[in-house]
Amino acid sequence: MKRSIPLAITFLTGVFLVVSFFVPHEPFGALEQRLLIWFSIVSGFTMLLGVDNLLRSHGRKIGRRNPGWWHSVVLLIGFAATVVLGVLGRIHHGSPFHMQSPFMFVYTYTIVPLQGTMFALLAFFIASASYRAFRARNTVATLLLVSAVIVMLGRVPIGAAISEFFPAAQEWIMDVPQLAAKRGIQIGAALGAVSMSLRIILGIERSYLS
Amino acid sequence: MSKRGFWDVMNTLDRRIIFLILLICVTLPLLLNVGGEIPPTAPVERAYDAVATLEAGDVLLVSIDFDATSAPELMPMLRSVLRQAFAKDVRVIMLGHIAIGLPLGHMALEEVAAEYGKNYGTDYVDLGYRPGYIAVMIGMGREIRDFFDTDYQGLRVDDLAVMDGVHSYEDIDLLFGFEHGAVIDYWVRYAQARFDQRMAFGTTAVMAPDAYPYLQSNQIEGLVGGLKGAAEYETLIGHPGLGTRGMPAQQWAHLLVIGFILLGNIGYFVSRRNRG
Amino acid sequence: MKRFAATPNGHDSASTRRSSVLVAAIAVLGVLALTSGNALSDTGNPTANGPDALLLTPALFDEAGTLDAQEPAVLCPFGVIAEDVPDDGGGAIAVTWELGDAPVSDDASVSADGSVSADGSAEGTGGSAAVSGFEILRFAPGEEPILVGEAPVTDRRFVDDTAEAGVSYQYIVRALSSVTGPDGVPAGFADSIASSAATATAQWFATSRLNALVVMIFACGAVMFYIGRARTGSELYIRRIPGLEAVDDAVGRATEMGRPVLYVPGIETVSEVGTLAALTILGHVAKKVAQHGTPLLVPTADPIVMTTAQEIVKQAYAEVGQSDRYDPTSVTYITYDQFGYTAGVDGIMVRERPEAVFLLGYFAAESLILAETGHEIGAIQISGTKETSQLPFFVAACDYTLIGEELFAASSYLSHEPVMLGSLKGQDFAKFWIVVLIVAMVAIGTVGYAITPDGSSVPARVFDAVKTWFAGG
Repeated sequence: MKRSIPLAITFLTGVFLVVSFFVPHEPFGALEQRLLIWFSIVSGFTMLLGVDNLLRSHGRKIGRRNPGWWHSVVLLIGFAATVVLGVLGRIHHGSPFHMQSPFMFVYTYTIVPLQGTMFALLAFFIASASYRAFRARNTVATLLLVSAVIVMLGRVPIGAAISEFFPAAQEWIMDVPQLAAKRGIQIGAALGAVSMSLRIILGIERSYLS
Repeated sequence: MSKRGFWDVMNTLDRRIIFLILLICVTLPLLLNVGGEIPPTAPVERAYDAVATLEAGDVLLVSIDFDATSAPELMPMLRSVLRQAFAKDVRVIMLGHIAIGLPLGHMALEEVAAEYGKNYGTDYVDLGYRPGYIAVMIGMGREIRDFFDTDYQGLRVDDLAVMDGVHSYEDIDLLFGFEHGAVIDYWVRYAQARFDQRMAFGTTAVMAPDAYPYLQSNQIEGLVGGLKGAAEYETLIGHPGLGTRGMPAQQWAHLLVIGFILLGNIGYFVSRRNRG
Repeated sequence: MKRFAATPNGHDSASTRRSSVLVAAIAVLGVLALTSGNALSDTGNPTANGPDALLLTPALFDEAGTLDAQEPAVLCPFGVIAEDVPDDGGGAIAVTWELGDAPVSDDASVSADGSVSADGSAEGTGGSAAVSGFEILRFAPGEEPILVGEAPVTDRRFVDDTAEAGVSYQYIVRALSSVTGPDGVPAGFADSIASSAATATAQWFATSRLNALVVMIFACGAVMFYIGRARTGSELYIRRIPGLEAVDDAVGRATEMGRPVLYVPGIETVSEVGTLAALTILGHVAKKVAQHGTPLLVPTADPIVMTTAQEIVKQAYAEVGQSDRYDPTSVTYITYDQFGYTAGVDGIMVRERPEAVFLLGYFAAESLILAETGHEIGAIQISGTKETSQLPFFVAACDYTLIGEELFAASSYLSHEPVMLGSLKGQDFAKFWIVVLIVAMVAIGTVGYAITPDGSSVPARVFDAVKTWFAGG
């Protein structure tokens, strides 16, 4: 029973949504729209699950004095402060996203720089990975390496300054071999997705239910 | 140091040294501000042309699907697209599927709208964020108000003149999404393939290759990829900004990475020869 | 300057109440100079665009009913066609129209009864600048026209989605003058002739999606056929996937070293098939981990993924009889923010120093940041995604990488259940015929266009027809 009801819901919902894609006649269109609205509402509430887990797991770490428990204290203080500032923004400015609200102050001067810093790390990791791992070990790897150099040069002004070959070659690499490989993988992945979706709708793939 | 010793050192170079060199290489050009105009490439020109086809009163839907992580790449192109649209008196409707990035889009919207003397609610609106973006995308094909009955600050969209007659994709002349993740795939799958919505995108450089198949199959009308794309767009609208200014830093970073690849490979071959 | 107009079919608008003189004068308008042009006959809708069109008029007159020659005239919409919107659930009618390039001639000769001289030609004095936009009016038989919507001056199509299914409607498109009076209201307008009647109807099948239906039946049919065959006991071969065979080794190594296993299921929701595939592999990994008593860490970026992962891990421990060793804190939610999550996972890697790291599911720009950090701590790394732009990063930094559909094949591969393998076989069958079709069409198209570059040869036309069909139109 614990499994059969979710499986039945999965099957009926999956089949209904597939049918409604092809049948515009009512009630399919309106019912599909209704399901989509439910999906959106339920998605919003799932955030509460995440918050619940976050608070519980970090509360537990603090309670048990796990190593590095004070990281959890910082997290909980940050969480509470952001919520309070958001509420204050709502009360005093009508919306936490009002440019003068305290939440936007935290957003602009804390969240934005922190996020920017994280993504900026990618540049450093690309540099170190290219130095460490990008080796011409065999013919295929050498081709990959040469292509990468051409694309990198072709995408900056100095490439065109050296030779018009680089931008043109870069465009060709991106438009032809790159796309051919990508499409091949995409077709395979799409069929994989079809197969997996079918297994889920038919109740063959149940591992996600447990 | 012997020749072998040198390459041994190079092969085991502390990555913090690599990081430091990269930092210098990126920072100096930014500080020196030595950027010049970047000639546009075809994908960017196509995106520009897609916006150029819009006329006064047409509706441009702008989707903010990034956050601060990608702001250096995507904000310059967002500002350029908004400038082009407002200059043509196009109505702009903004929404987003990355909640934490929407305030950035809103800031750019207010900034550019002020430049062109546009009024909130009449010329542009920020609808905000709704959870479950796949459902939102599909549902908008039937009625936008089923998901966005109020804007980001709770005003009823029916009271906003900019939303007059805008109910579904049928009423949207172009969608321009700014993307740093998977949302672009869903826009193409659900709004383009299903509802035939015209669309163009600005993406981070690392995500741009994922959008090329859609560009080649004409499912999307244009693609602005990374900082270089942003700089090209600024050239097209004749308003150089942070995209153009950031290009020298990117250029030197590319050259440095090429240098690292070459050095790494020389070290690899020297070590292999010495071993063998 | 007042705003008024005569309306079709004898309906009086509010403005026409002013004076019959005005009505007569209105009718005049050179508007009709425009409607006498050939464009009307090009619409293929003679009923709607015949001589009657001349009775529809714009209005740019003073109170005395004389034309104010100083004001630009208003272009009159013509060729109005109303049609049911295809492939919808009913309730929508699409209205299309045309607009002349030149405004109605101010000096067109018009008689008092509203007819226009046959040669009333248009004189271009400002193109469509004379029109600021359109109003769409609708009426059912025996009803007054009502306003159902507005359209900007650039539009030539409007969809009325307030139509009642089964009711016959006619439409009038009203062009509004770009000249406004002191009150900001357009100084004049011009009404088109009414369209022919149209009825909104609902369809039971979206014919524009026939291509999707055919492909779906083919792909799903192939999968279901081979699932059926597998159920009958047919032997099915599956090639070796090194990345999946390394799963057990990685868990074993972590156990030997006494360090945890870190499982990262990507940054997307369960709607993403890659995430579902990652969750199915998690079940297998969790069983191995439970058998060996190795700590497992599963940080998630989505609350539903978290809940599902918790259930999967709990169930895996139960299945190997180790329920008491299940740690509810092993699966945690970090944040849905992409790089906030990345920072959190990187922090876990550095602090907990897992021996085995699994990066499976949907990844975007954070892929290399995670994989490089994993490399830095010396962990054995198994990655997998269908995102082609991230695969190079994984290949460069990880020990094993599952590419594209290998990720989706994982649950079938690891379980070795015949039914699951059958679905894989069906998938490969569909892929084989897609490849055949692509190769065949490339050959046909190449030959066709080589023979006749203008595409008139049979192979070229076959190629174009197939391409158009797949493109949905």
